[in-house]
Amino acid sequence: MKINAQGIYYRDLNSTIREAVLAGTDQIELNNVNGQYFIGDGINKPVTITINGVPGNDLAAFMNGATIIVNENGQDNIGNTMNAGKVIVHGHAGDVLGYGMRGGKIHIRKDVGYRVGIHMKSYQENKPVLIAGGKAGDFFGEYMAGGVLILLGMFTDDPAKDKHGYLFGTGMHGGVIYVRGGVDESRLAKEVGVFELDDDDRAALEGYVAEFCQDFKLDVQEVLKERFVKVLPRSKRPYGNMYCPMPK
Amino acid sequence: MLYKSVNESFNEFMIERSDPKCIRCKVCVRQCAYEVHSYVEADDRLAEDNTLCIGCRRCSALCPTGAITIRSNQETFKKNESWSAAHIRNVYAQADTGGILLTAMGNPAKYPIYWDHLLLDASQVTNPSIDPLREPMELRTYLGKKPDRIEVVHNEKTGKPELKTKLSPQLTLEYPFIFSAMSYGALNLNAHRAMAAAAQELGTIYNTGEGGLHKDLFKYGKNVIVQVASGRFGVSEQYLNAGVGIEIKIGQGAKPGIGGHLPGEKVDDQISETRMIPMGSDAISPAPHHDIYSIEDLRQLIYALKEATNYTKPVSVKIAAVHHIAAIASGVARAGADIITIDGFRGGTGAAPQVIRDNVGIPMELALAAVDSRLRDEGIRNQVSIVVGGGVRNSGDAIKAIALGADAINLGTSALLAMGCTLCQRCYTGKCPWGITTNNPYLAKRLNPEIGAEKLVNLVHAWGHEMKEILGGMGLNALESLRGNRYKLRAVGLTEKDMNLLGVMPAGE
Repeated sequence: MKINAQGIYYRDLNSTIREAVLAGTDQIELNNVNGQYFIGDGINKPVTITINGVPGNDLAAFMNGATIIVNENGQDNIGNTMNAGKVIVHGHAGDVLGYGMRGGKIHIRKDVGYRVGIHMKSYQENKPVLIAGGKAGDFFGEYMAGGVLILLGMFTDDPAKDKHGYLFGTGMHGGVIYVRGGVDESRLAKEVGVFELDDDDRAALEGYVAEFCQDFKLDVQEVLKERFVKVLPRSKRPYGNMYCPMPK
Repeated sequence: MLYKSVNESFNEFMIERSDPKCIRCKVCVRQCAYEVHSYVEADDRLAEDNTLCIGCRRCSALCPTGAITIRSNQETFKKNESWSAAHIRNVYAQADTGGILLTAMGNPAKYPIYWDHLLLDASQVTNPSIDPLREPMELRTYLGKKPDRIEVVHNEKTGKPELKTKLSPQLTLEYPFIFSAMSYGALNLNAHRAMAAAAQELGTIYNTGEGGLHKDLFKYGKNVIVQVASGRFGVSEQYLNAGVGIEIKIGQGAKPGIGGHLPGEKVDDQISETRMIPMGSDAISPAPHHDIYSIEDLRQLIYALKEATNYTKPVSVKIAAVHHIAAIASGVARAGADIITIDGFRGGTGAAPQVIRDNVGIPMELALAAVDSRLRDEGIRNQVSIVVGGGVRNSGDAIKAIALGADAINLGTSALLAMGCTLCQRCYTGKCPWGITTNNPYLAKRLNPEIGAEKLVNLVHAWGHEMKEILGGMGLNALESLRGNRYKLRAVGLTEKDMNLLGVMPAGE
């Protein structure tokens, strides 16, 4: 099914998508998308939505099992509290990606903005994975409680920019971050430490990277030939010692 | 008592035990979650460590012979009008630990309580009062956006009038009370079962709070508001669709402007599963939602939630009562909220820094009056319902809140009291001796969810009854007729300015 989104108000566009999904459509192509909000919001069927154009904020928010392919750039809040499914963005994307994400995958080919992967969480088989092929802004992995963040730093629109910003992993208390080519330790938050990958890490990482490379037709070996490091929280309770009970 | 630090011996409570009455049953030893009592085998007697006592009164309540009395420690520091014993002891505790003083439940400090300065009207001679025992009396409350005007058309087929205006989704409450947002994690599953079952029985609503909805409670969906807070715990597409409404938690009256850390001690396997965080880790709610830095961003989250639920559920935005509450509420209404929930500075909490709880925010009475007036002045009062919480102690306070402009009342502390809480203010320890704010199975089983539900139902029935009596006395037969009707309130002992803010006349006028 093809929809020309030119000039269509987001509410009408999303209502059309919802009705199509409800009617059992499993392939939707949106053309001329120009900043419409909330595409794929709350969709709970395994439909594939291909977007030509730039979708607006909160793409795939609360999404539960659909696949969204964006052939250009994305904006802010992609995969906000997403539960399952996949988002593939062939360009760069904005701030606060994967906020509170609980499962599924977000693959961004190029750069991402600030506060990416904030408070991602996981439980058993629900394990969100967010991979950014380019560079990231400040607060990468802030408050992270679970899941996997991967930063490659390879595909960027801004070669002069640093691979990642300040306060990397601030407040992190669960999950893992893999970074290709090491991190700038002066920019790490005090709650995290840098570790070498073990065999389990390498096996998991290879799987994630292989899928990422498949989505963007990239050479897996090229991506994996550089050394990766692992960033982990030092404690499950970064603020556990901050308080003093009222005297009895 | 031996081997304590000096500061620990300035304890607040003393345990008095009557030896002739004590039958050595050791109930006190088993019941005390703080290990105050112990049995001395050699002497066949019970002993106590007063320094550990938090004054919850579990032991004295359960002692079968009434042998135990908890008293406040009369031993004092030198009298000082500036430095109370509490100030002194807090400094000692912080000097020992370097920590932020942690406390729980609502602000207990001595600030004016405006409810106690407001009086209600009643009918005498010139209009008749109504007897609610024999005449219908309406407490039903609808929460949600109301249309500016309604259009009724004649249906040619049925020959009957028909509403043409499309109404926004509404929550229907048979009583104007909601069991307030107290998260699963802060409270245990038994407490949540009790609130959910009571809400179902009463035809009202229970708010999940920010810890998600346990899988066993999805069946209560028609009586549930699901909350979305900055930690996004337990928030999924299924969760958003599980209840009849959604609440975005921006702030809480006990701790406006700051986030929350549910202590790792309380995060067991079930809470870990529901919240999707590691067992034993602190559940960290960031201070802001990092996708909301402005009213425009709030609008974006409101509509993200509406899109996710196909515009079938009203969205509430909960904010703490703070200085510019009226302007903030106006912004929230314009951002598309259907309900604004205002939490006053007496609202409870499972854990908050004491300095925040006792010093930040404003009384709900003033906030409510300011918001209701502002929204009326701007002509947008119909676009939102107002729910208030934080310091409603009885049906009198509740009905005064309705007269000041509230649509419904959040019951938090009163609901906990109904389930057995004694306001010892130690919820953050996870050792609640009454089995409410603890996830320790040994303690949690002290709260029987069925009995808890029954008590909550009783409380709301009682308050509902009292409200009907008050309404009937005023010659009103529906709560709707009192809503925002400040003419039915008079003030005693308030300043001119207070009365202006509250929009009430002095008694006698």
